[in-house]
Amino acid sequence: MIIAEGTSAPAILSANRISKSFGEIPVLFSIDFDIRPGEVHAIIGENGAGKSTLIKILSGIEQPTSGSIGFDGQTVVLPPNGAAESMGIVLIHQEQNLAEHLTVAESIFLGRELKKFGFLDVGEMRKRARAVMETLHVRVDPDARINTLSVADKQMVEIAKAISRDARVLIMDEPTAVLSVGETDTLFEQIRRLTARGVAVIFISHKLDEIMELADRVTVLRDGQWIATVGTEALTPDSIAQMMVGRELSNLYPPKHEPDVDAPVVLGVRNLVATGVKDISFDLRKGEILGFAGLIGSGRTAVAEAIVGLSHRDSGEITLDGKPVNFTRVAQSVDAGLAYMTKDRKGKGLLLNMGLRPNLTLLTLKRHLKAGFLDTASESRALERAVRRFDIRARDATVAVGRLSGGNQQKLMLGKTMESEPDIIIMDEPTRGIDVGTKQQIYHIIAALAAEGKSIIVISSEMQEVIGLAHRVVVMREGRLAGLLEGAEITEAEIMRYAAGIKQSGHDERSV
Amino acid sequence: MSAASDISEKPKRGFRPELKTVGPLLALLLLVLLGISLNENFMSYSNLTNVLARSSFIGIIAIGATFVITAGGIDLSVGSMAAVIAGLMIMVMNWLIPTMGIGWGVVLAGMLAGILLGGVAGTFNGLMITRGRIEAFIVTLGTMGIFRSLVTFLANGGTLSLNFDVADVYRPVYYDGLLGVPYPIIVFALVAIGGEILMRRTAFGRHCAAIGSNEQVARYSSINVDNVRMLTYILQGVLVGVAVLLYVPRLGSASSTTGVLWELEAIAGVIIGGTTLKGGYGRIWGTVVGVVILGLIGNILNLQSLISPYLNGAFQGVIIILAVLLQRSKRT
Repeated sequence: MIIAEGTSAPAILSANRISKSFGEIPVLFSIDFDIRPGEVHAIIGENGAGKSTLIKILSGIEQPTSGSIGFDGQTVVLPPNGAAESMGIVLIHQEQNLAEHLTVAESIFLGRELKKFGFLDVGEMRKRARAVMETLHVRVDPDARINTLSVADKQMVEIAKAISRDARVLIMDEPTAVLSVGETDTLFEQIRRLTARGVAVIFISHKLDEIMELADRVTVLRDGQWIATVGTEALTPDSIAQMMVGRELSNLYPPKHEPDVDAPVVLGVRNLVATGVKDISFDLRKGEILGFAGLIGSGRTAVAEAIVGLSHRDSGEITLDGKPVNFTRVAQSVDAGLAYMTKDRKGKGLLLNMGLRPNLTLLTLKRHLKAGFLDTASESRALERAVRRFDIRARDATVAVGRLSGGNQQKLMLGKTMESEPDIIIMDEPTRGIDVGTKQQIYHIIAALAAEGKSIIVISSEMQEVIGLAHRVVVMREGRLAGLLEGAEITEAEIMRYAAGIKQSGHDERSV
Repeated sequence: MSAASDISEKPKRGFRPELKTVGPLLALLLLVLLGISLNENFMSYSNLTNVLARSSFIGIIAIGATFVITAGGIDLSVGSMAAVIAGLMIMVMNWLIPTMGIGWGVVLAGMLAGILLGGVAGTFNGLMITRGRIEAFIVTLGTMGIFRSLVTFLANGGTLSLNFDVADVYRPVYYDGLLGVPYPIIVFALVAIGGEILMRRTAFGRHCAAIGSNEQVARYSSINVDNVRMLTYILQGVLVGVAVLLYVPRLGSASSTTGVLWELEAIAGVIIGGTTLKGGYGRIWGTVVGVVILGLIGNILNLQSLISPYLNGAFQGVIIILAVLLQRSKRT
């Protein structure tokens, strides 16, 4: 790695002992961070380590609870709502923020259109847009509509927008998550051009190899704490992974019962290909908890949705108790005893404007019919059972579900899923965004279900959760099975190696 | 019926009615009081049955619209659909006279044809929306034009009239009644009760609300979203057919002006009744009240002399906007 010139220059932007709490919950603890002109500084850490919060503070979107921000050597308070862009600090979001129907030139000048005699100076904007695109060596027509561009080109438009605003600090939140290898190379080339011109780049990525290639320095965060800031030349992917993890497992998790190696395979997946899934094979045994780890977008949810018939399956074979099945509707998989619990409880799991009862029974309404009519008494009994079993706390059963806490929503959704009395349950991020106490309850419920002989797939981006619960762990990367871990192999460092693509196992040799 | 369903939606203990539920009823009560104070004939039996019978067409259609809207859809074509069904019904009956003679046989065949045609028209809307994946607003805006133009074409720009003798046989369906209650009101009441049961006591009703509330949640909860949607449009079409078979005996004719703006009156009745336009929550009973409110406004304006009855539309408009404003302030 060639150290870009000017890395010894004074920092252009710095965070000094920054802490941040959302309400009662602290998310960042006294973080120090700085970036110099012409430097690429990567921030890495697990999901929930505080990376996004840190860059939001560095771009003024969030204000720190304590600590100060330095800009050009002076202590400043960054203006909120993206107004820091006028100071040259530009954040490029993970989800792109381009209006799909505008042209490239219109997008680049959005909100600060050039005018002549009070009318838009379209010609001048087009000319300048073209000039900016040329400095980036990007071949995109300034008159092209955004919705006709590839994801990579859109990203280039965002960068062009940033440059045309004379960005001095460019902050990128996982820019490569949606890019192919070729597109990533182009992006890196652009970033190098920018740093050569003295632009400072802050870069979040989960892909350790990319960080090794691009970054000058790396800052590691863990649980909102600053762990280390190191020059990339002193690092190996392994040592980064070590720094990112390295925590004791607490007794948050129930003891694992010994998996029965002779237990029959209840769900078999062979060479599954679907949207977002390139080729995956694995087996789930009776009474087993199978963890699914991997980066966001690695295809774990896509696998689950293809299995239960929520999305189209291109090829591959799925067997239930040895018999091939082909679900084209969710209702079929539910009837067959296979239930999927979505990770998006607000968007796909619960009807937020309705009460507890209609939500609980929505999946299994036909069990509550008497002579074709809904038997609300039977529904109420089901709700009473679920409230007791899953400890759902609500003021009363008629309160709109959207008003419940995340934990109670999650427990209600678990109750809804279990109403169908499935033998196999695929739980997607079963503890996302809920407090630790409820997490523990849900972990114990999952373990108890497995002990009863239910077979469970737990998809989780929290590695601790997968490690604490699962008997075996499938690690996915880019729509494929990157590794299958068992027993003592299940460690955060090992999962990280497979998830980030440092290690790769043949996907069929160990998939039994 | 509504009392039983209230328990499912609201706390069992205490009487804490919501503005959304009581608002339309209060408005109705105020209108009735206003009517009584303005004209002594208002409460007369003949005036009330007249208002209700006239409201029945819109009311029956509006009950179908309640399902469509609850499931997150819209049907703008109902007025034109009513016109074209009325026209075709009349043509069918006239055409059958030579073979079947004049009598109830022809009338029953015409009624059956009306309901079937409604079902076919609704199926067409539903297919375009669910299989064709076109926005309901656009599909039904299109069929609204198609149906309207069809009836004008069939009537050759004029009026389609039912054979005078058959019309005589058919007339009692609108003008007579049971125990002094006109048949349209009886049918309206039966449709309302059936609609309430369908909405509150069947999986179909629950599924409509779920889809209108969040289509993704419905899909992930193994609901066949397309089929349920489809059924709401078919139901809407069939109910338009029912409304038409009560309407045809009233005048015995159909023209390009039949059913004009019925779609807006039906949607207005649904909205005034407390059903949310973006779906997810539907109240059949509210729709009934909403439609009656609209009918009474026109009636009261006709019974007094201070304000021109030509302002009827303005008053209805104000009521619609007020109703939505009240619903919104309740939610925030």
